[in-house]
Amino acid sequence: MTELARLTEEALATIGASDDLSSLDAARVRWLGKKGVLTEQLKSLGALPAAERPAAGQRINDAKSRVQDAIEARRSALERAAVEQALVAGRIDVTLPGRGETRGTLHPVTLARLRIEALFRSAGFTIEAGPEIEDDFHNFTALNLPPDHPARAMHDTFYFPDGRLLRTHTSPVQVRTMLERAPPLALIAPGRVYRCDHDLTHSPMFHQLEGLVVGEHVSFANMKAALQDFLQGFFERDLALRLRPSYFPFTEPSAEVDMTCVFCDGKGCRVCKHTGWLEVAGCGMVHPNVFRECKLDAERWTGYAFGFGIDRLAMLRYGVNDLRLFFENDLRFLRQFASA
Amino acid sequence: MKVPLSWLEERVRVGIDARTLGSRLTLAGFEREGLAPAAPPFSGVVVAEILEAKPHPQADKLQVCRVSTGSGDPVQIVCGARNARAGLKAALAVVGATLPGELRIKAAKLRGIESFGMLCSAKELGLAETSEGILELPADAPAGRDLREWLDLDDEILELNVTPNRGDAMSVLGIAREVAAILGEGRRVAGPALQPVPPASGERRRVRLEWPEAAPRFVGRVIRGVDNTRQSPPWLRERLRRAGQRSISPVVDVTNYVLLDLGQPMHAYDLAKLQGEVRARRALVGETLTLLDGSAITLFGDELVIADGAGAVGLAGIMGGERTAVSTTTTDVFFESAWFSPQAIAGRARRHGLHTDASQRFERGVDPDGQARALERATALLIEIAGGSAGPTEIAEEPGFLPRRASVRLRRTRLARLLGLAPADAAVEAHLRALGMSVEPVADGWEVTPPGYRFDIAIEADLIEEIARLAGFDTIPAVRLEAAQRIGTAASSIPDESRVLELLAARGYHEAINFSFVDPALQKQIFPGIPAVALANPIASDLAVMRVSLWPGLLRAVRENLHRQQDRVRLCEHGTVFLPDGTRTREVDMLAGVACGARWPEQWGSAKETVDFHDLKGDLESLLAATGGAGRFTFVADRLPCLHPGRAARITRDGRGIGWLGELHPELVRVLELTYVPVLFEVEFVALSAEKPQFRELSRFPQVRRDLAIVIDEATPLSAIRERVTLSGSSLLRELLVFDVYRGPGIESGRKSVALGLIFQDNSRTLTDVDADRLVAAIVADLSGALDAKTRE
Repeated sequence: MTELARLTEEALATIGASDDLSSLDAARVRWLGKKGVLTEQLKSLGALPAAERPAAGQRINDAKSRVQDAIEARRSALERAAVEQALVAGRIDVTLPGRGETRGTLHPVTLARLRIEALFRSAGFTIEAGPEIEDDFHNFTALNLPPDHPARAMHDTFYFPDGRLLRTHTSPVQVRTMLERAPPLALIAPGRVYRCDHDLTHSPMFHQLEGLVVGEHVSFANMKAALQDFLQGFFERDLALRLRPSYFPFTEPSAEVDMTCVFCDGKGCRVCKHTGWLEVAGCGMVHPNVFRECKLDAERWTGYAFGFGIDRLAMLRYGVNDLRLFFENDLRFLRQFASA
Repeated sequence: MKVPLSWLEERVRVGIDARTLGSRLTLAGFEREGLAPAAPPFSGVVVAEILEAKPHPQADKLQVCRVSTGSGDPVQIVCGARNARAGLKAALAVVGATLPGELRIKAAKLRGIESFGMLCSAKELGLAETSEGILELPADAPAGRDLREWLDLDDEILELNVTPNRGDAMSVLGIAREVAAILGEGRRVAGPALQPVPPASGERRRVRLEWPEAAPRFVGRVIRGVDNTRQSPPWLRERLRRAGQRSISPVVDVTNYVLLDLGQPMHAYDLAKLQGEVRARRALVGETLTLLDGSAITLFGDELVIADGAGAVGLAGIMGGERTAVSTTTTDVFFESAWFSPQAIAGRARRHGLHTDASQRFERGVDPDGQARALERATALLIEIAGGSAGPTEIAEEPGFLPRRASVRLRRTRLARLLGLAPADAAVEAHLRALGMSVEPVADGWEVTPPGYRFDIAIEADLIEEIARLAGFDTIPAVRLEAAQRIGTAASSIPDESRVLELLAARGYHEAINFSFVDPALQKQIFPGIPAVALANPIASDLAVMRVSLWPGLLRAVRENLHRQQDRVRLCEHGTVFLPDGTRTREVDMLAGVACGARWPEQWGSAKETVDFHDLKGDLESLLAATGGAGRFTFVADRLPCLHPGRAARITRDGRGIGWLGELHPELVRVLELTYVPVLFEVEFVALSAEKPQFRELSRFPQVRRDLAIVIDEATPLSAIRERVTLSGSSLLRELLVFDVYRGPGIESGRKSVALGLIFQDNSRTLTDVDADRLVAAIVADLSGALDAKTRE
């Protein structure tokens, strides 16, 4: 083995043994620097016969290139390793929780109401509102509930000393709207209503949805279809409806609306008291006296009206089993409604 | 209303099981609210006679009885009831009997004496909620008879909801009429015919109708020599019990029975206490009356009273008076069976805090043809039960004031138009006739006269309902209304509620819904000096006034959540507040929020800091930014009693106050015992109405930023600096940022250093350093002059 070959091997070995960039650089200086071992070899060319110089020079340069290549290869390997190492060192725990604000929620009653509004809006209904402190005329008399009417006893009314009252239903909004605008009308009026009653299933404040459709040919059959469509849309499923004759002073005929129990599919369970039906609304054809109070021609116009408990619809949709939870504002309860 | 099936069967053939009957009635407007057996299951209980009752040798409270069950040897029974006595007929559970609750009766030894069965109380047999001693049966009860059989206890009780328009159906007779109409198939209602009881004496009491509009008919009768100490017979007691009433005495039981059976309220006066003539008259204003229940009422003057020579003896149609009340010692009674006008009774009971079976029926309308019939029935019953002899039936009436049913025209076209269904003529007529109406076909429909007891049939729609009801609402098809299309406007002037709430939810707020009425004490603490509208009849003292702000409700919710160990509370609410405004009340739609506790949800990498004013201001600014007109809003340092005086801002839109933002006053934090200091905001919801976005040309030239630190008086708010800079910075100033506010070493006390980032840009050229320096210099000069600001090196 020539001296050059021995030096080359030694250089390659040193390079291979360099395990960081600074020792690799030291190796480069030692072998290829201006005064490096292999550079020095070129200086020995002068001692050779002229005819041998080119070949010898060529060998030395070849050796230098080999070493140079080895250094480059080693350098990039070391750099790659360094990057790898940095990546490893930079590893994080992706399962730790994220930073910043957590999502809040809309109240389930609001969620139900917005859903109801969207459904009726899609059918061309307008959304109306009215005052919560009402007078006797709009809350009762105009709705065919004159003073001392026995049905007034069903409305446990909150009064103010001056005779005004907290509306006991959202029906006054239909009166106000009919007094303001000419038919045809299709409206809903969602809102807060008040009854002087507080127990397991009654809250002194709750939410009602009033609906009113008035036209020249609006029939009971139309009302049935609207209620059916609405409830199926709201609950996103097929439902059977059952209308039972009932009595409301402001409608004639009047009906209570039962729908298939959504918890047991009508088979009978605790929620529906084993009847298979859930009572969800009251409805009927607008009483001619109401039209008269609203200055509308009861011969020309017919209409239907309905009333739902929004809280009840929300309870049924979200499976809430206690009405009172809606008004306790317990964060542990409210947080459950992030998705709806 | 509770209807025992056996009673109903007496008036109409039912012929279907109670459950099916219940659903048929439900679908015809009488909702079934319950169906219960007349007695819980038990067996082996027989009528027995106590032959002998001797004290138990080992126990003071026990007796040893010899009891006969009619046949065979008498059995020995140890009994703890005091009323067990020789000669008494009682209910005996024999050995092998099963009582309610699966209680098996076995032979047993009680304190050393053998007992072969048990004498039962009404409670033990499930016939009463409470009872004292053993059940006492009448002397003529047949010993040995099975008790269930003898009392007909295998009966069922249907509980129905009768709507307020159907006073006529508040009796077994009324329900029987409905059953006949609904089930049809030739069913007829049995009786009740008028069966006069001939007078046995000439004894009478005159009645004068002094207010005939209110009381046009009063049928009365004297019955003397009644033994009111007797017990009503078991059948009557059982019927009353099943209908939900207690047996009191023969006289009272008879009037109650007739009311339940026929729907005619009756009253019995103790004749001995009734002085002189009976008068049905209008009450005097301020007149007082002590009622049967012992309560004393003062009359308003529009009530109808029954009076005698010494004053009012009853609130007519509602409740009798104490002075002439019947007791067990009563021997002579005066029966009243009257027709009072609903208008004269309606509302009067409620006003005096009363609600009676009689008032319920009179307000809704009692059959104007039923008074004599009811009186005769009651007379016969009373004499049968308690003896006595009746005087002649005394009828006082002013027929002109009795109601008369007017005929109602029903048009074929209207029927079809209202229902969306056109029933056959024959069906229409059949339904109406089944309900006792007289029907006369006319060209465009029918002329229909309802029976006298149907107070609810006055207009065409009432008849349409009757037809629909009997045909079944399920026979009406569901048909979608074909409506003309009319596209409305999309007004942006009303804030989009779901968008606003979503935005707050994205910032961590949970929407709350609080009652609109709040605790007056709490509201006064928070808003001293702001009057609130108070309810006349609040449901609780802490829910007595209408809220003037959403804050009382939210603060209460914060406190309750803190008590539930929720450390970080962020709540918002959208709702109405009620501001007194003269004699009216202004209802304002508000949006409010409150945050309390940590600024960020607890997290491994976030600093644990407490939420402050500027956190909520940031939330609010994001809402304001969403209106597209953030620049129209300002925050002005101001004071509100409930807020920290140095950490409160009034919010304005276009200069008009629309709400508040601030930290709760430390004093309130202490009083409310809050662990953390809440920061609150409240704004008028309508102020969040959005402007439509308006496009502005984008500059193609680079922007230049210059940072500037100025030292300025502590009291100078940023808004003042911003105002000056905006004025002096020319239109080239695109943005003004505040990136630091510093107080402390290097800055003299009473002053602060504010670091501003100024961003300039031109739409037509690139700004040079010279331009920027010139602009900054102008700003510096202005700030120095106007606000005594110095640049900080």
